[in-house]
Amino acid sequence: MSEYPISDSDQEPEELAPQLLPLNGWHRERGGRMVEFAGYMMPVQYEGIMAEHLWTRESAGLFDVSHMGQLYISGEGVEPALEAALPIDLSTLKAGSVRYSLLLDENGGILDDLMVTRWESGFYLVVNGATKWDDIGTLREYLPDDITLNHLDDNALLALQGPKAAEALERHAPGVSALTFMKGGAFKLGGVDAWISRSGYTGEDGFEIAIPGESAAMIADLLCGEPEVKPIGLGARDSLRLEAGLPLYGHDMDPERGPVDAGLAFGINKRRRLEGGFPGSERVQRDFAEGTAQKRIGLKLDGRQAAREGAKVFHGEQEVGVVTSGGFSPSLQHPIAMAYVDAAVAADGTALSIELRGKKLDATVAAMPFVPNRYHR
Amino acid sequence: MTRYFSQEHEWIEIEGDLGTVGITDYAQGQLGDITFVDLPEAGATFGKGDSVAVVDSVKAASDVYTPVSGTIAEANGALTDEPELVNTQAETGGWLFRVTLSDASELEALMDESAYKQYVESL
Repeated sequence: MSEYPISDSDQEPEELAPQLLPLNGWHRERGGRMVEFAGYMMPVQYEGIMAEHLWTRESAGLFDVSHMGQLYISGEGVEPALEAALPIDLSTLKAGSVRYSLLLDENGGILDDLMVTRWESGFYLVVNGATKWDDIGTLREYLPDDITLNHLDDNALLALQGPKAAEALERHAPGVSALTFMKGGAFKLGGVDAWISRSGYTGEDGFEIAIPGESAAMIADLLCGEPEVKPIGLGARDSLRLEAGLPLYGHDMDPERGPVDAGLAFGINKRRRLEGGFPGSERVQRDFAEGTAQKRIGLKLDGRQAAREGAKVFHGEQEVGVVTSGGFSPSLQHPIAMAYVDAAVAADGTALSIELRGKKLDATVAAMPFVPNRYHR
Repeated sequence: MTRYFSQEHEWIEIEGDLGTVGITDYAQGQLGDITFVDLPEAGATFGKGDSVAVVDSVKAASDVYTPVSGTIAEANGALTDEPELVNTQAETGGWLFRVTLSDASELEALMDESAYKQYVESL
């Protein structure tokens, strides 16, 4: 028997041995099954992906996402400099607010997706783990030399996600329940300075928590000491984000795709669409005006067999696209997938099929999220 | 009845020229929650080491290779509605298929239970 992991395989070919994150020992003590991911040893699961997934949807799960890159960008003129580097409108981003954005190449291809938060004196960015070193290089290239880019690599990053996350976290960081979705603030958490935002990657209410790496085990113990909270691995993180319709970089987005075909146009507001002036803006403006040949869509599959990344999508006998993420949905108890298909067959309800091992599985284009979001707005 | 094990974590139980094949308890534990099993059709012929079935878990799809050459006699239809039997009864009710052996000498290359146990401990 050989296993070919599909959706958690965006580790880059690393020449070096995987690095260890602050919670490495903590995960092992808690029975986490460690795998290499994005150049780090990370827990893929504890008690099992299905149980962890469902626990997060009904209670609260603690995720270690310390492999992600935390960057701080500051300096005189940082705001226009960052607007020249990213297709983001910072004029409407208030202090403490978080916004989704994209790092694009000069052709408008997606190099990464990221979160940008306005801090008092600069901007705090969270980027994907597998791409962070390239991102730093790209940003350094895009930003003027007198803008400072700090990699906050002494920080750990935790995510507490689920409908009971707020009540559990409030006990240790009083005031966090007053945050609304995509807002953050500085809090004391277990006596430690923490930057906490109401955001996440599961579709649930929840928080992302930046703390010093040396305090990570203490904070993780504190949170998992609450009856609502269990540690959750990367496996359930992937199935949760798939149900939430959230794309994963390296799978559902890559340099071949632009923001419009990726369905991420919401990340580029009207002013930036009109004015342009960011890397790749020509392609983005053209795609907005003319549409794209393909679109990212959701697929609901008949039966129980899951389609995986790379499976071809057909409309009748005609090949119309490719699956970029897929799996069995623990919450819905049927397989779901994301795919890029020709725009003509991208409408909700369109009957398509997916080729798998010489068979064709019936699938229907479905609106995303597959499971309704429950953000605290 | 004799039971053999492969390095790919399949077990095969032999009764006459018929072998019942499944994945080991160790293998199901590694895979996690099984959500679907793609089973072979009765009458299909395979060579030793061919991919005969696919076991889907939440995170991945895994091939199951037949440890012996032969013709599929039967697939375990119970797995269609209850794929989780592969988790809960990997080495009993969660068997995958029965194969009519074409070359019983292939069994000599497989491990017995104690050898397999040692093999798993060495992983």
